[in-house]
Amino acid sequence: MNAKSSATAAALPSSRLEALKAAFVALTLGFGLVWLAGFAYPESVHDAAHDTRHALSFPCH
Amino acid sequence: MIARVLTTGLIAGLVAGLAVAALQHFTTTPLILAAEVYEAAQHAHDGADAGAAFSGLSRTAATSAATIAVSIGYALILLAAMLLSGDAIAPRRAALWGACAFAATGLATSLGLAPQLPGMAETELAARQIWWLATALSTGAGLFALLRLDSTAAKIVAVALIVAPHFFAPQPATPESTAPAELAARFAAASLAVQAISWALAGALAGLVWRLQSRQQELS
Repeated sequence: MNAKSSATAAALPSSRLEALKAAFVALTLGFGLVWLAGFAYPESVHDAAHDTRHALSFPCH
Repeated sequence: MIARVLTTGLIAGLVAGLAVAALQHFTTTPLILAAEVYEAAQHAHDGADAGAAFSGLSRTAATSAATIAVSIGYALILLAAMLLSGDAIAPRRAALWGACAFAATGLATSLGLAPQLPGMAETELAARQIWWLATALSTGAGLFALLRLDSTAAKIVAVALIVAPHFFAPQPATPESTAPAELAARFAAASLAVQAISWALAGALAGLVWRLQSRQQELS
């Protein structure tokens, strides 16, 4: 019984597995973009994104 | 699946970002420019050099590009959250996810770090960024537990996650703003409104584009 339920848990349906993979890719890219525009330190990035950082209330300067 | 999520995030973020950039152009940016006049006057008085790296059209373009990047990021984060939680991706539900994300990244963080104009007093940047991120993540997790989990223990943990960051809020700097208080107040309100619209629009459009793509797949 236990073995059976753990086997079911281990083998996620392939559609769910695919959704999780896509979610992780989207999450990584999404955080990366927000980090670049809202938090990254290089001066050129800061200067270009300056008004957006203030407007969207990311900590700035 | 990955291609479809990325396409949806790109299209939704691009459209939402353009709309928000237009909104910023008429709401927050004029206030930032006005604040910089006061800041520059103070710098000139102190004998320091001050000047924006971008000006005119290139500044508008740079700001719009940054806003589009953030909007694509928001759309992708919302899509990922809905996929992880097993939700159906639809415009109304996605907009609600966006509203909760605004509560986490906009409302909760502004309690400790109010939206700031250039020239306002500020403390060390890294500490503020860490608190901002921690508060947004903690509030987001708390809201999810509060709204989606049924056990009493989960609700207690949820409230703790939402409240706890505010005990560690950064000490505000001694007020020494060069910008007039009226300008700062208008900016804080405008910033919150722009943030709310960014999240809700990124979510709603992501839901809409996702649905349109589903229909197209059914037809082909």
